[in-house]
Amino acid sequence: MSLLNIQNLSMTIAGTPVLRDVSLTVEPGGITAVTGESGSGKSMTALSVMQLLPDLARATGQITLDGTDILDQSEAQLCGLRGQSIGMVFQEPMTALNPVKTIGDQVMETILIHRAMPRAKAHLRTCEVLERVGLPQDRFPLSRFPHELSGGQRQRVVIAMAIALRPRLLIADEPTTALDVTTQAQILDLLKSLVRDYDMGLLIITHDLAVVADLADQIVVMKQGEVVETGSVKGVLANMQHPYTRMLFAASGHQADLPAAPAPTPLLEVRQATRDYQLPRTSLFAQPGHHRAVDSVGFTLNRGERLGLVGESGCGKSTLTRAILGLEPLQSGEILLDGTPISPNMATDLRRKMQVVFQDPFGSFNPRHRVARLITEPFHGMENPPRGQERLNLISQVLEDVGLKPEDADKYIHQFSGGQRQRIAIARALITRPELIIFDEAVSALDVSVRARILDLLADLCRAYALTYLFISHDLSVVRSVSDRVLVMKGGQIVEDGPPAQVFTNPQHDYTKSLIAAAPVLPDIDTLKRSQPHA
Amino acid sequence: MLRYSLKRLLSLILSLAVASAVIFAVIEVAPGDPASFMLGVNAQADTVAALQAELGLDQSKLQRYLSWVSGMLGGDFGTSYTYRTPVAEMIADRLWVSLPLALFALTLSTLIAFPAGIYAASRRGRAGDSAVMGATQLGVAIPNFWFAMILVLIFAINLRWFSAGGFSGWDNGLLAGMRSLTLPAIALALPQAAILTRVMRSSLLDILGEDFMRTARAKGLSRRQALWRHGLRNAMIPVLTIIGLQFSFLLAGAIIIEQVFYLPGLGRLVFQAISSRDLIVVESVVMLLVFAVITVNFAVDLAYAAVDPRLRSRT
Repeated sequence: MSLLNIQNLSMTIAGTPVLRDVSLTVEPGGITAVTGESGSGKSMTALSVMQLLPDLARATGQITLDGTDILDQSEAQLCGLRGQSIGMVFQEPMTALNPVKTIGDQVMETILIHRAMPRAKAHLRTCEVLERVGLPQDRFPLSRFPHELSGGQRQRVVIAMAIALRPRLLIADEPTTALDVTTQAQILDLLKSLVRDYDMGLLIITHDLAVVADLADQIVVMKQGEVVETGSVKGVLANMQHPYTRMLFAASGHQADLPAAPAPTPLLEVRQATRDYQLPRTSLFAQPGHHRAVDSVGFTLNRGERLGLVGESGCGKSTLTRAILGLEPLQSGEILLDGTPISPNMATDLRRKMQVVFQDPFGSFNPRHRVARLITEPFHGMENPPRGQERLNLISQVLEDVGLKPEDADKYIHQFSGGQRQRIAIARALITRPELIIFDEAVSALDVSVRARILDLLADLCRAYALTYLFISHDLSVVRSVSDRVLVMKGGQIVEDGPPAQVFTNPQHDYTKSLIAAAPVLPDIDTLKRSQPHA
Repeated sequence: MLRYSLKRLLSLILSLAVASAVIFAVIEVAPGDPASFMLGVNAQADTVAALQAELGLDQSKLQRYLSWVSGMLGGDFGTSYTYRTPVAEMIADRLWVSLPLALFALTLSTLIAFPAGIYAASRRGRAGDSAVMGATQLGVAIPNFWFAMILVLIFAINLRWFSAGGFSGWDNGLLAGMRSLTLPAIALALPQAAILTRVMRSSLLDILGEDFMRTARAKGLSRRQALWRHGLRNAMIPVLTIIGLQFSFLLAGAIIIEQVFYLPGLGRLVFQAISSRDLIVVESVVMLLVFAVITVNFAVDLAYAAVDPRLRSRT
């Protein structure tokens, strides 16, 4: 008998259907991955197993855990199951822990709330379980607070809370999405070994097919609240039946087709750029310390070149971006755009030559302005901005160039999807025909299919506008797809610089090697097919 | 934690120094010479000069500032121009009314607001929440002196449980003193409780939407357990801020309520001193209030750190 058996689960929230006839199983010691894009209902499926749904949610169907129907349980019985029989790990380790309680208290609470053992024993178990998830007592005493830990360490604490009572089922909702690749690899390894050691069932929710292929036994592909394909991971991937599954797979490994770069003439020159941040004083009269966020970075970006910049959180890539945009001063070195030095008090005319597209398509627009006003904001930096009919023509043209319609100019930003908003952000960056565009994690918040279309759009725009850009991302496969040259950054320094083919297939620096080794990769379909003789 | 406290203490001392200079300067700029005011319009020039010398008004401004500050440090606030009695004594008498009144009102407001705010937040959108929110709407909208008069009508005139005004003094026992402060404290507390309830509710609602509350539920805590164990302490920061502000307001801002209940409090003292140009009293009372506000803020800062460990490690 399966450990978890979901049969024909349907759910509405305030009358709107969100799940339709969802069925899936998790075996003891097995890993089932639910995958799909935003709005596919994968998180709702996970939360309905916990019965931690919004107040207006109504579920029908059957969810049985070891023979107990969860939908028949009273709230008090459910409280007994949660944490005891089912553990759950969430996406955002930064906010999943109570900031005012120590990690020891929070892990021990799982044990004490179920009265599983006396306090002294619970204390021992807490130490044990933290040790098990890789937080040994000598370095991470129980008295630590969450803010004293990194994102990966916090996720380990969340996992420790979830497995403290050795539940039979563990649910992990995008457990590594917010983490760096190397941390992601460690957390996935940890989950895998926990499943093996405790003979737990794991239901993992992830949008990343490469993670699924790497980790899971069973795959469940969801689209708009329905399961479109399910089966063993290898079987399904070797022989994808549903067009949606095929589209997801193709989009995940999508390569944009960039035109060739023109002959090199320097546009942006970064010479020995160094940026320090002042640290708080360690005592009242001590000299404040410094943190060198960017350390003697030098590179040249040629006109028409597409440069990728990869690195993990804290490597200095955002600081470097702010310095290039002239938002923060350098402590030494210089940055030249077209031969003119960049600094926080540079002329607006120079500022106009650079535009930026940010990560968050929801937070980077003023919700009270119409699209026409949003995308013409860079005109403020121009001495003679286009007016009247000329302005309207320009707006229509740039909207068409990014794949939207001229009449979209009169709409507000909330009327667009995430992908469309990112197109509007690109239109805003393009409208003054800047010399250089900086894409700061510009596709990281998008679903794979939307991301693939935006990457294609970039390739098209490279042909139409002869773009020069700096593309910053933590995602190696994306950078590989849209760059002529790749920089790898670590600890404020550039550790590797070369064409993508060389950097990704024959990395020289150890750090690049570890990054590439940690990044989950999509399996090769042909190899999969050969290993599945019956398929 | 120690370093955090020392830093807050240093900033407290600096604030007091700056505040004393500003208060002195502002009051010096105000028109009207106390000596000629006291002696009336027909006074002789030499009489005025003699009184000025007696009051110390003929000294240089810096000298007067320094002697005022050093006097205060030694507990000597100078002598009232109008009453010719030590200011320290006058303030002490009034403080014995105003301070207990403020504390009484603050305690009442907190005792009402905490349960009401928690109750409303835990039943968001339901009838209980609407009822509490409606009541706080009234509490914020109705002026406290009107509340005061209604209270007098009901409890003093009709039911005769309390006296309608005046202060019996603490010599007749704690209970008698408290009794004469009860109606004023309720009148002061109700509007404050209404504000505090709203802050408590919205702060808790923010916290209830946090990811860590969902984590707590996933561990097996019931809604109520999650609210008490993880919600309340996190919701305290905005609430503490408002409590701090309310205490300062209650100490000095009770002037109308003191008038309604005929209580000899600080508010009335300062009002009388201003109208009779008794500058030394005004300066001293204002300085005392500034001291109270800054000290309360210091206490609130320490309370923040006790609640939130992130503040302790920050320097």
